[in-house]
Amino acid sequence: MAHFTKATSVHDWLNQRLAIDSVRKVLATEYWIPKNINFLWAMGMILAVTFGLLLISGIFLLMYYKPDTKLAFDSVNYTIMSQVGYGWLWRHIHAVAASVVFLIIYIHMFTGIYYGSYKKGREMIWISGMLLFVTFSGEAFSGYMLPWGQMSYWAGMVITDIFSLGALHLDGLVEWIRGNFVPGDAFLNRFFMLHVVLLPLAVMALIVLHFATLRIPHVNNQDGEEIDFKEESQKYLSGNTKNSKVIRFQFDFLSKDIVVLGFFLIFFFYLVFYHFEFAMDPVNFDPADGLKTPTHIYPEWYFLWTYEILRPFPKNPGLLAFGFAQVIFIFLPFLDRSPNVAPANKRGAFKIWFWLLLLTMVTLTIFGKLPPEGVFTTYGTITASFFILLWLSLPIITKFEKPIGGK
Amino acid sequence: MAIKKERRDFLGMALGGFTALGGIAALGAAKRTWDPLPSVMAAGYSTIDLSAAKPNVLNVEKWRGKPIFILKKSPDMKKDPREVIVGDNRYLICIGLCTHLGCIPSYFPKEHKFKCACHGGQFDASGRVLKSPPPIPLVIPPFKIEGEKVVIGEAGEEYKKLKADGLTV
Ligand code: FES
Repeated sequence: MAHFTKATSVHDWLNQRLAIDSVRKVLATEYWIPKNINFLWAMGMILAVTFGLLLISGIFLLMYYKPDTKLAFDSVNYTIMSQVGYGWLWRHIHAVAASVVFLIIYIHMFTGIYYGSYKKGREMIWISGMLLFVTFSGEAFSGYMLPWGQMSYWAGMVITDIFSLGALHLDGLVEWIRGNFVPGDAFLNRFFMLHVVLLPLAVMALIVLHFATLRIPHVNNQDGEEIDFKEESQKYLSGNTKNSKVIRFQFDFLSKDIVVLGFFLIFFFYLVFYHFEFAMDPVNFDPADGLKTPTHIYPEWYFLWTYEILRPFPKNPGLLAFGFAQVIFIFLPFLDRSPNVAPANKRGAFKIWFWLLLLTMVTLTIFGKLPPEGVFTTYGTITASFFILLWLSLPIITKFEKPIGGK
Repeated sequence: MAIKKERRDFLGMALGGFTALGGIAALGAAKRTWDPLPSVMAAGYSTIDLSAAKPNVLNVEKWRGKPIFILKKSPDMKKDPREVIVGDNRYLICIGLCTHLGCIPSYFPKEHKFKCACHGGQFDASGRVLKSPPPIPLVIPPFKIEGEKVVIGEAGEEYKKLKADGLTV
């Protein structure tokens, strides 16, 4: 056993038993962050905070929510909204956070793509992040089922139908997933379980993994510069903070993070108090009805782009394209064949590729919301095909990219 | 030494084998828990009286939570092997869920067409696809004719024949 001395303080007592000083060093005061990064790097912190808000508001909602097809709708729209003291606040926070979190995730992702933060050595950061994205999408979808409104019901119907895998016609699998022939009590309860236990656990585990992936390669920086973290941190510790290229996470970088976070929270609570309806679909204020489809089914805004890739094609090609869109981002580190770690504007054709990708996804999002009629279907098909082409072209255009700095 | 190693290998394999066995059993249990309940599976019959049906007016009934379309055809609608003959009348009996992604199409009596608002699929009065994306015609559920009534959920002669002819899945 280690040798223990009489503690001089609570801190010392804990330190002898838990080594809290070393832990704090590793996680905070000697966790090194490059100096040349901009506010886009604060998105990770914003995501962590938003996840915290989701968790806390979710716990409060859980106290009155009833996972029963007969009671769910009223427990949300009546009990929580008008009877429970401040119940509306938790619901608005939860709904707004669930929507805004995706906006931040997309910014976080596209920051990574723009600055090449998924490149050599940092592949695991990217992959764990994408796994987190997929799991989080499941979390969002299962949560969307719970108020048991019309959109919940029909989105559940449509999305579970995807598992019949088109021509394979695996209806048994679909019914197995639902626990019934149509979404019903069994369905609602298992999605409730997924939403409050299984998926949050998976999300938390993946967040830990995502943080761990940063430990060795460290975060990238605005110029894609390769920094010798050991050397630079020595400089910092020896007092040469001005010439060192890195700073401490706590409190040097944190102070910047918190400023960005402050702006975010102003925006966030502005939505919570004055514009919460943007996160709520009016159709979902009609109770679920298995004998009536809403005229136009669409998902929440953050899934519109994938939905639009599924929708305009015939069933089987549609499913293939959809599957492609779901997984292709994970392979980005291997599809980008250029050795350059640099912001997109310093690279060749990749610069155009990046903006085209962003534009295509915005376009898909817009078409996803429009009814699938006439010209919209045509444009939708073209844009969806273009999305796929973009990804197929990536290895080719990056292969011919000239190395920067004559390396 | 050699004997010792063999013994260890054996222990390792035995342990691994038991773990695998337990794991498989647990997976089986998990799969069964996720299965639909017997009460859900049993609630499988609906009896529908056809005598009150009016031509070209769509009736929607419910079976296993799914909408069932019953359409009595008017004489001007063209004949189709998918239709069900009860007495002197021809009927379309099908599950009212679009075969694309499961929305409920609506019936337009003037055009004798079903249109699915979700992705623009269309079906004719016999449930055949007029316009993609739906990949197959509207599905005919198992049914049995009893005089003027049909029982949905039980496979009668007429249904078996339709199925054998490949007219439904
Ligand atoms: S669900 Fe009917 S066309 Fe897609």
